[in-house]
Amino acid sequence: MQITICPEVFDPWQALQAYQQSAQDMSGKFGATSIFIGTMRDFNEGDDVKGMTLEHYPGMTEKQLEKIVAKAFQHWPVIDALVMHRVGDILPNEPIVLVAVWTAHRAAAFDASRYIMEALKSRAPFWKKELLKSEAERWLVKNTGGY
Amino acid sequence: MSIKVRYFAGLKESIGRSEDRLDCVDLATVGDVWRCANPNKALPNNCLAAVNMDYVDLNSAVKDGDEVAFFPPVTGG
Repeated sequence: MQITICPEVFDPWQALQAYQQSAQDMSGKFGATSIFIGTMRDFNEGDDVKGMTLEHYPGMTEKQLEKIVAKAFQHWPVIDALVMHRVGDILPNEPIVLVAVWTAHRAAAFDASRYIMEALKSRAPFWKKELLKSEAERWLVKNTGGY
Repeated sequence: MSIKVRYFAGLKESIGRSEDRLDCVDLATVGDVWRCANPNKALPNNCLAAVNMDYVDLNSAVKDGDEVAFFPPVTGG
């Protein structure tokens, strides 16, 4: 299991490949991998958005993400999981979050990755501040519902 | 008793500080910490609190050396 806070832009596909290749202990064991990638849009709530700053609470963010992933391991037969999340200044088209879960069968992969993502959205201390095309700035007030 | 208080995101901007250190104070709960650090401002209704990086409610007890944090609803992902 790996949780990484990324202050710089990251390539989720490259990260996934490198992680899976390095995780020798799951070789031959997994039959399903569920992957969620969240990417920055250039629009939100009817406005054009040209950038975003993601603030976090160093230490608490990692602690809460570890708890969330540990709970997924308790509830589903998860073989491995990788969570990566950007912080700092972000531009449209850059990845914000990657959640990947490896399991033997697809049901647990879908369910556990969905759980991790939804719990991250509601429990991990990150905050987005948008920079609009109009140069106005605004903090996002709350995340939209995932279901 | 010494408590470190931290603020994040929009709450940090609205009060104009990222942290406070409360020394020589006698505080029982997280709500007391907020009131001591911000006597002229009510904690916004939707704000969340943490002690030592775990979520708590405002009635939770605090002890010497704790790090107490206040912040708006989270919006990551």
